[in-house]
Amino acid sequence: MSNSDGEPVASAKIKVVARDVNVFYSDKHALKAVNLDVRANEVTALIGPSGCGKSTFLRCLNRMNDLIDGARVTGTIAIDQQDIYLKDLDVVQLRARVGMVFQKPNPFPKSIFDNVAYGPRIHGLAGTGAELEEIVVTSLKRAGLFEEVKDRLNEAGTGLSGGQQQRLCIARAIAVSPEVILMDEPCSALDPIATAKVEELIDELRQNYTIIVVTHSMQQAARVSQRTAFFHLGELVEVGDTEQIFTNPNHKLTQGYITGRFG
Amino acid sequence: MTEMVEPLTASVTVAGVNARLRRRYAVDRWFRALGVSAIVAALTFLILLLGTIIGQGYTAFAQSQIRLAITFDAAILDPDGRGDPAVLGTADYGRLIRQSLETLFPDATERAQRRELSRLMSPGADLELRGMLLADPSLMGRTEEIWLPTSSPVDQLVKGHTGRTAEEGGQFTDGELRRIDRLRSDGRLAARFNKWLFTQGDSRQPELAGLAGAVVGSFYSLLVTVLLSFPLGVAAAVYLEEFARQSRWTDIVEVNINNLAAVPSIVFGLLGLEIFLNVLGLPRSAPLVGGLALTLVSLPTIIIAARVALKAVPPWVREAALALGASRLQMVTHHVLPLAMPGILTGTIIGMARAVGETAPLLMIGMVAFVVNVPATPVDPATALPVQIYLWAASPERGFVERTSAAIIVLLCFLAVMNAAAIYLRKRYERRWG
Ligand SMILES: Nc1ncnc2c1ncn2[C@@H]1O[C@H](COP(=O)(O)OP(=O)(O)OP(=O)(O)O)[C@@H](O)[C@H]1O
Ligand SMILES: [Mg+2]
Repeated sequence: MSNSDGEPVASAKIKVVARDVNVFYSDKHALKAVNLDVRANEVTALIGPSGCGKSTFLRCLNRMNDLIDGARVTGTIAIDQQDIYLKDLDVVQLRARVGMVFQKPNPFPKSIFDNVAYGPRIHGLAGTGAELEEIVVTSLKRAGLFEEVKDRLNEAGTGLSGGQQQRLCIARAIAVSPEVILMDEPCSALDPIATAKVEELIDELRQNYTIIVVTHSMQQAARVSQRTAFFHLGELVEVGDTEQIFTNPNHKLTQGYITGRFG
Repeated sequence: MTEMVEPLTASVTVAGVNARLRRRYAVDRWFRALGVSAIVAALTFLILLLGTIIGQGYTAFAQSQIRLAITFDAAILDPDGRGDPAVLGTADYGRLIRQSLETLFPDATERAQRRELSRLMSPGADLELRGMLLADPSLMGRTEEIWLPTSSPVDQLVKGHTGRTAEEGGQFTDGELRRIDRLRSDGRLAARFNKWLFTQGDSRQPELAGLAGAVVGSFYSLLVTVLLSFPLGVAAAVYLEEFARQSRWTDIVEVNINNLAAVPSIVFGLLGLEIFLNVLGLPRSAPLVGGLALTLVSLPTIIIAARVALKAVPPWVREAALALGASRLQMVTHHVLPLAMPGILTGTIIGMARAVGETAPLLMIGMVAFVVNVPATPVDPATALPVQIYLWAASPERGFVERTSAAIIVLLCFLAVMNAAAIYLRKRYERRWG
C-alpha cells in the first residue's frame, strides 16, 4: 500500500518527488517506502496519528534528519528533478531553498529586525543596508506582521505574542526566498484567532511558494490544503485532493482517522 | 479538603491525614532550620576569618615615617660635579640622613649615641633618597623635607605592637625612647600611608618589603592563563558539544577531562617543570611559565563549565539556525556561543580564581625565589601573591606577620575585582535580549 496516487497529475507542475523513502532511527524503521509527489504552488497537508512519521518525512526534505545521531535515510528525494541526497550537495544551499517553520515558535533571542535579517545576511542576499531593510520589510509584510511591529523592529522578537512570534518565524523563513516551505504543526501552540491569521497567511503564500504543512486538525487541513496525504505507522496510506480525501477516501484507515474513530 | 473527598480506602481517615500533614510540616520546618543554621555557620566562619585577617593586616597599610630635612649635598654625592649616573647611583646617601639626624639631635656626640640615631631609620631609607635624586636630578643642592621609613622596631612601637619596656618586648634605651617621644611631639614621626607596600618588591627588611613584585607576577601569570585557557577551553568545549559525534572516543575524552579537573595541582606543577623548563628550556621563576602551569590547572574547569553552558542552550536555537541554512560554525558563533557566554564567563572566572590562589604548581617551577625587582616582562623572575604570602608567613618578624595578612587582603581584593568583572560581563551579555 504505497502510493494510491492514481489520478492524472500532468497538468500541475511537480516540485518535490519522493521515491521509496525509508528512514531508520538506529533500529527503528520510522518511515517505510514512501512515494509522494508534491505539486508546486499548492498546499499539501500531512495528516495521521501521532508517531506515524509526518515530522520525519518533513525533516527529510531539508535534511534536518542529518543532525540526528543514528538516523539513516534511503531512497531518493528530488526537488525540481535534483536529488537532494547526493553526496556533494551543499546542505546549506538546500536549506536556503527549503525553509522550515517549527511547531513551537522559535524566534532567536535577538531583535525582530535581526531575526528576519539573519537568513539574508548569512546568504549574502542583500548588497546594502537599504536592500536588507527592504527584504525585512517585504518579508514582514508578506507574513502579515509588519503593521503590528513596524514601530518596534529593534525590540526583542521573543517579546511578541505566540501568534506574532510564529508569523515572525514565517517571515524569517521567507526572507531567504525559499521555493518550498515546510511547516510542522505551525498552529498547535496558537489560539484560534492567531491560528486563523496564520491559516490565511498560508493560503496567500501559496501563490509564491510550495507549502507542506503537518497538522493534527482535520478542519485546518480541509481549510488550507489542496492536497492531503495520510500517514499511518510509517506508511503513506493515501494521498489525493483534499476534497476527495475528506469526502470519499479510498482507504478505510483514512476513513477511520478523519471521522475520528482512532488517532 | 479532607472533608470533601471520599476516603479511597478505609484506612484513610481524617485523623490519619491530619497526622501525616503535621509530620510533613514538621519535617519542612526542620529542613528550613537546618538550611538557615548552615548559612549562619558559614557566615560566622567567614566573618571570623575576614575579621582576623583584617585585624592583623590593616596596620601594614601604614608605615611609621620620620620627616627629615635632607640636603642633597653635591660635595658628598657628586664630588666631580659631572652628574654621572654611575657615581650618583653608588653615592653615600646614608650620610645625608645621618647629617640631618645629627642636626636634629646635636647632643648625640658619642659613637654609641650616633649608632642609636641610625637605628631609628630603616636601613633602606637611603635607597629612597637615591631613587628620588635619580628621578629628579634638579634636587641636587636643594634641601627638602622628606618622609623616610623608620626601622621595623620603631614602626612596631609607634603602632603599639610592642611596649616601651623590655618586659613588653621593647628594645630601646632611655635615650632612644626620649628621642622617639620628641620626634612624635614635633610631628616628625607618624604612621603614614605605606606606599612601599605597593611599589617595592620583596625585601629582607619588613618595612621595605612590598607586594608590587608579587602583584605584577600574579597579573602576568593570570594574563597568560586567561589568554591561553579561555580560547582553548571554549574551543574544546565547542568541539565536543557541537561538532563531535557522540562516540566511544568522545566518552573517553569526557571522562579524562573530568579526571583532570580532580588532579592535585602540584602534579601540574611537576608536569610544567618537566615540559616547560626541562624540555622547552623556558626561563625558571618566570610568570610566563607560571601562567602555562596554571593554564593546565584551570583548563579542565573551564572546559567543563563551558560544556555545561553550551548544553543549557535550548536545542531549538540550533535547529532554527540550521534550518535557515546557517553552517554549523555560523550556528555556533552567531547563536549558541552568545547565549552560552554568561555561563562560560562565570566558569572562566571560577577557573581564574582557582588559578590566582594556586601555590603548589608555582613552587614547582621556581616562582618561590626571593625576588627584589618588580618584573618588567612575563619572562623576568617573579613571585606570585599566594607564594609571597607563603614566604612571608615563614618569616618570624612582627613586621612580616602584619604584611602576611596585608598580602592576603590584597589577594582577596584581587578575587573580588575578578568576581565583579565576571558579574559585570554576565550582566552585559544577559541584558542584550533578556
Ligand atoms: N530522534 C529520534 N530518535 C529515535 N526515534 C525517533 C526520533 N524521532 C522520531 N522517532 C520515532 O519515529 C517515529 C515517527 O516520529 P515522528 O516525529 O515523525 O512522528 P509524527 O508523525 O511527527 O508524530 P506527532 O504527530 O506526534 O508529531 C515515532 O515512532 C518516533 O518515536
Ligand atoms: Mg511531529
